[in-house]
Amino acid sequence: MSPPAGRLQGGYSVVVEDLSRSFGDFCAVDRISFQVKDGEIFGFLGANGAGKTTTIRMLCGLILPTSGRGLVEGLDIGKEAEEIRKIIGYMSQKFSLYEDLTVSENLEFFGGLYGLSHAQVTRKVKESATAADLEAFSGRRTREIPLGLKQRLALTCAVMHNPHVLFLDEPTAGVDPISRRDFWALIHELASGGTTVFVTTHYMDEAEYCNRLAVMHKGRIAASGSPKSLKNRYQKGSIEEMFIGLVGRERTADDD
Amino acid sequence: MMISGRLLAVMRKEFIHIIRDPRSLVLIFLWPVIMVLLYGTAITFDIKEIRIGVLDFDHSRVSRELLRDLTASDYFRISGYLDKRSEIDDGFLKGRFTAVLVIPAGFEKQKALNTGRIQLIVDGSNSNTATVVIQYFKSFCMLHQWESGVAVSAPLSLHPRVWYNPDLKSAHFIVPGLIAVILMMICAQLTSITLAREWETGTFEQILVSPVLPHEIILGKLAPYLLLSLSVSVVTLAFSVAVFKVPFRGSLLLLLVLSIVYIYASLSIGVLISTRARTQQVALLASQILTLLPSFLLSGFIFPVLYMPLVLKAVTYLVPARYYLVIIRGIMLKGVGPGDLAQPCLLLVLFGTFLIAFSIHRFKTVLEKAPWAG
Repeated sequence: MSPPAGRLQGGYSVVVEDLSRSFGDFCAVDRISFQVKDGEIFGFLGANGAGKTTTIRMLCGLILPTSGRGLVEGLDIGKEAEEIRKIIGYMSQKFSLYEDLTVSENLEFFGGLYGLSHAQVTRKVKESATAADLEAFSGRRTREIPLGLKQRLALTCAVMHNPHVLFLDEPTAGVDPISRRDFWALIHELASGGTTVFVTTHYMDEAEYCNRLAVMHKGRIAASGSPKSLKNRYQKGSIEEMFIGLVGRERTADDD
Repeated sequence: MMISGRLLAVMRKEFIHIIRDPRSLVLIFLWPVIMVLLYGTAITFDIKEIRIGVLDFDHSRVSRELLRDLTASDYFRISGYLDKRSEIDDGFLKGRFTAVLVIPAGFEKQKALNTGRIQLIVDGSNSNTATVVIQYFKSFCMLHQWESGVAVSAPLSLHPRVWYNPDLKSAHFIVPGLIAVILMMICAQLTSITLAREWETGTFEQILVSPVLPHEIILGKLAPYLLLSLSVSVVTLAFSVAVFKVPFRGSLLLLLVLSIVYIYASLSIGVLISTRARTQQVALLASQILTLLPSFLLSGFIFPVLYMPLVLKAVTYLVPARYYLVIIRGIMLKGVGPGDLAQPCLLLVLFGTFLIAFSIHRFKTVLEKAPWAG
């Protein structure tokens, strides 16, 4: 599977223009625009309820935008969702695995959804960086395996079909620091293999691992750029200080 | 529709879910058997040992003969002797008897003159039972020549013959109907719960971001449950024939084939429910509401569709059990062949296919309507 020739827009994997989504009166995402470069790790930083998940769901074709436009690998999220599904991977914070299935049965199932044969799934698992752990636990029910491994299993399931863009919605929520670090090593490996990674998080230390960041607040993008340039622009020593400064300043502005 | 690898993946996964949950599996097979046993015994129109109170003012040889004949049958049992008319009401209120036989004074003498009259007072609060009691008592009088002259002087005599169920056993009528009712309930529950569970765990969302198509999800889930429900129906059928001695006059193969069609229609009700229900509890409740009462009351299971008011009769066309009742009773009791069952079969196929098609259509738009937290 290679991206449709000529459809990529100047090296951008995801292009979003004035994208909005409301639920009734509530505007979850309010006219946001951004671009994600091919092969980069793009972080969406924001508090709970900032609109990160709604944005990711629109990009994956799970919900339609109220207005605005979004392109994933040159495909329109409003009209070409079916095509988009073939070239993206998605992992939600719930990990969404079948707990009563074994590790290998989960891998087989999600591989099967993308039309992979048994042999292809086996080869893909062997190639993956977590091959040793996955093989050691292959016959175990998923509910019995450690949380960190569950998370890596969910990631392996999500990238079984070599997606061009990988969407991760708070993939490390509730996981211990060591597992988080291992997980980020996997993400970097995927990115260096050419996969574009779009990740939402509210962990400030994770934001530092991203090539570029967008800070989301109340449905809008408050700031964006590389972690370094953001820190420089707001003259803060860490992303955390920058984030609190940015979100805190807006809060005061709202109160006035 | 082509059988794709994605469809097979969904089917295979669903099959594993079923066998990984042995407790539910045991329940799925045991429940219908228990239901058939319970309801097959409880729901009966065969009334036996009708309790009769006796108010005998005659105290003669003939009145004693009458009472002896009455208790000689299984149908009547004397539950008490009264002394005066005023005791009748009290006895009915306390439920001591269903009917009271009043033998007036001078009955013996009048009987000798062929003008003997007796009175049967029946508790009509259960009109069904009352009607049966009156019928039984009339037959009793005729049989024992207590109703004088009828057998001798009637200008024509009627000799009824009952076909297909000569002993008029309720169980032969009820049990096949029960299988229809139970299957419809189980099928709707099975499919509605399996899809609702995926909404609960979030796995549905994971499936929906993959290229899998709505019809592949639905058919992939349907197939394993079709197989499961078919085995449930075979077990329940075998149990019914063994325990209630329900005759099986028609073709077993024909019944199995038409059962598959019925199961398909019933499973599709669950699929339709799951396009709305997001939790297993809601799914279970909805499937019970949509299947329990309609299959009991509007299918012809107990009350014949033929005699229903027009509006209700129209509603019965939406209850798959209505068609299957015709099929299963026809095949088991009468040995009906395929030609006469083509119409109910066709309507079941239409019913199921319409619901499935509608559900597939709904699934395409369903996510759009789900309010997600930002």
